[in-house]
Amino acid sequence: MSYRIGIDVGGTNTDAALLDDQLRVITTVKVPTKTNSGEGITHVIERLMRRSGISGAEVSTAMLGTTHCTNAIVQRKGLRRVGILRIGGPATTAVPPFEGWPADLRATVEGYAAVITGGHEFNGREISRLDRDAVLRACTEMRGLVDAVAVVGVFSSVNIEHETIVGKIVREELDVPVSLSSQIGTIGLLERENATILNAALIQTLGDMADGFQRALDSYGIAAKIYFGQNDGTLMSLDYALQFPVLTIGCGPTNSIRGAAHLSGVENALIVDIGGTTTDIGVLTNGFPRQSAHAVEIGGIRTNFRMPDVLSIGLGGGTIIRTNPADSQENLTLGPDSVGYRISQESLVFGGNTLTTTDIAVAAGRLNIAGRRSPQILPELFQGAERAIRSTLEEAIDRMKPSANPVPIVLVGGGSIISPLSLEGTSSIMRPEHAEAANAVGAALGDIAAQVENVFSLKEISRAEAVSRARIEVIERTITAGASPSGVEVISIEEFPVAYMEDAFIVRVRAAGQLA
Amino acid sequence: MTAVRAGNPLHTITESDIDFIAIGAAVLGTGGGGDPHVGALQAKRAIREFGEVEVISVEALPDGGFIAPVGMIGAPSVAIEKIQAEGELAAAIDLLEASTGQSVTAIMPTEIGGGNSLVPISAAAERGLPIVDGDSMGRAFPEAPMVTFHLAGYAPGRGILVDSHGNSAVIQPKDGMWAERLARVISFEMGGNATMIDYAYPGKVVKECAIPGTLSTARRIGEILLGNDIRDEDRVATLLNELSGFHLFSGKITAVERAIQGGFTRGQATLDGLDKDRDSTFELQFQNEMLLGTRNGQLAAVTPDLITVLDQVTGQPITTEMLRYGARVVVVGFPSHEYWRTEMGLATAGPGYFNYDVDYTPVEKLVAVQERVKL
Repeated sequence: MSYRIGIDVGGTNTDAALLDDQLRVITTVKVPTKTNSGEGITHVIERLMRRSGISGAEVSTAMLGTTHCTNAIVQRKGLRRVGILRIGGPATTAVPPFEGWPADLRATVEGYAAVITGGHEFNGREISRLDRDAVLRACTEMRGLVDAVAVVGVFSSVNIEHETIVGKIVREELDVPVSLSSQIGTIGLLERENATILNAALIQTLGDMADGFQRALDSYGIAAKIYFGQNDGTLMSLDYALQFPVLTIGCGPTNSIRGAAHLSGVENALIVDIGGTTTDIGVLTNGFPRQSAHAVEIGGIRTNFRMPDVLSIGLGGGTIIRTNPADSQENLTLGPDSVGYRISQESLVFGGNTLTTTDIAVAAGRLNIAGRRSPQILPELFQGAERAIRSTLEEAIDRMKPSANPVPIVLVGGGSIISPLSLEGTSSIMRPEHAEAANAVGAALGDIAAQVENVFSLKEISRAEAVSRARIEVIERTITAGASPSGVEVISIEEFPVAYMEDAFIVRVRAAGQLA
Repeated sequence: MTAVRAGNPLHTITESDIDFIAIGAAVLGTGGGGDPHVGALQAKRAIREFGEVEVISVEALPDGGFIAPVGMIGAPSVAIEKIQAEGELAAAIDLLEASTGQSVTAIMPTEIGGGNSLVPISAAAERGLPIVDGDSMGRAFPEAPMVTFHLAGYAPGRGILVDSHGNSAVIQPKDGMWAERLARVISFEMGGNATMIDYAYPGKVVKECAIPGTLSTARRIGEILLGNDIRDEDRVATLLNELSGFHLFSGKITAVERAIQGGFTRGQATLDGLDKDRDSTFELQFQNEMLLGTRNGQLAAVTPDLITVLDQVTGQPITTEMLRYGARVVVVGFPSHEYWRTEMGLATAGPGYFNYDVDYTPVEKLVAVQERVKL
């Protein structure tokens, strides 16, 4: 038998799940995330191995979903210095690279910046001939100042030629990793450039993290292949993740959405993940999380990096309930603060003095805690609190529904017992087994996916030709990301016209496959 | 009393005013006008580099002088990729001066919506010229002739188009329609977007045509919606109060349909009422801008009056691309300037021009009728 380990490092807890090769959950464990997240990982692997009793040699794959890269950006820690070559001169100079970045992040990341003559128009025509001498000069100037280089060509999503040439020159001249923007984002120069710079800054950061993970596995005799979770809820191989570390950002909520899909067996539903402090609601569409349509800010800068479309509200298992005697209209408030990990000391059911949503769940009979009696709560207060929890969840669910029709709900997360078992606007509510560790289960699933987004002009090529090229490219990328070449399938093809440009279309193609 | 105007007149524009003006322009842009992000970064940088921009009110303009409305023409999706070249704005102004033999004395915005409300601020900073506190739309509209100069019978004059390659074109179109046709073709060949100047006139004409106070109004709107001294729950009420606007509907979006026709998005959103509007429904029709609203099948507001959708909690403006199921929103209406309510104004940008089969009625009258129905 061969097994796989899924680990999800969250802000509060690090969860791990052990699955067999039929993707059945063998066991799950939860430990507090330590400030040094490597420590939490070591601890959780140790607990998992001890509890399951299997040997390290039987584990063939290990998947890690981690907020490490997000934290590095938010805390400005562990990021490397990046040189940015923007190819677009003489256009684009009115807003140079790093414009609008928070000063501290800029000071951490900026190693060098230049706008090189070259780049393309929306229809693929050259803006200017690429100035190769300027690229060579920039390499000379950057040498020793930068740990990684980001190359961003104007309209590289239409024509990758200049970006590819510059990438090649930089790799020949400097011995540092190079990130190309066409592999990272779509139309929107500044947003794509920012995401590419962050990607370059994170390559070594993720490398360090991967080394720590490798050491933790080694120490338990686990010779598993390593995969990382990406923002769409699928995995990528270590090599691919080291090229595209920015794709790990946002994998937390998607892990739990994918895990909930697996545990419940549904493909289309709202996933309501209730933790200790917050509830995250995501949308599962054909087995994958719906992505947000809006520009995403990470660490104070705008990127066009697509994140899972998740609504977070301040309601969890530790949310504090307060009575407001002065106000007769609203006689109680729900949070938004939570007792968090102190729930086992502070909430009434555990002998504390704070009324929490967990106490209401116990009083409602949805939760039994061994050796604890239901707390004494006044009937009006209990009913008021149930009503408030219900209406808060119902409103949030309604906001995320794709249409007015009732939707099935899958409840997951450690705090999911606080939800009433029937809610308006829903067609069914399911709380599958192992729901409390759905995120770790999601991390362990073996889907590999990749996306390609290109712009094309009907004047240059036919729509069918554009789609067929994108299909070939996305299948290649999915295999590079670690999928077995035999089963890669194109899972969605979307086309959008470009406003005011009757001939221009964006084609976005996604493909998925299983672990090689 | 029509035409929204609020806040104290601006005297200078500093870097810290830019985000306020951008959000205000999004409100006055009625859901269209494009993303102001690039324009805001560019304007802040220009102010940092060249200094604050002096603001001159429309009323204070001397009759003489030569005032250049500066903006961008082309696809918003190109503008966010192929950003302007440094000096492109100054080059357009230089060319206007060279081809007319007149010195530009002030810059003005063509429209107060999206990125085009910020581009002229960069131009003014770069050339050290004052900017006029006013524009020629009082909102955002999609086509070049939809400007008050056109309504008053003025031709576009010398039209200037400049791109980031260093190409430029001088056109002399007969009227606003021809300016639109020629400029579209030229800007397309320039790579999908270009800097454009048209309707450059002396102060006397600008005083006659410009909608005054719109930059100050945009700034004040931004301060109301983003500033720290107003609580979130008071933002929309403050906005309506100061701008003499009307609350048209509070509700939840229950359906959104979109279709692309000839490069323009055309769509409609349906809303179910909340709070005082419970048991009512509202329909919004939009193209690039929000153009028509009906409440329970009765007309509630229609172009050229301004219809804006705001987030119910934060008051932040919602663009037509951002409309989607589940959003809790407030729909508000503002009277357009008198210029748009004339026969010429309605022929240029009234409901019929956008193919809506309704007669124009001013928003304040429609609201009064609705109020009577409710009593």
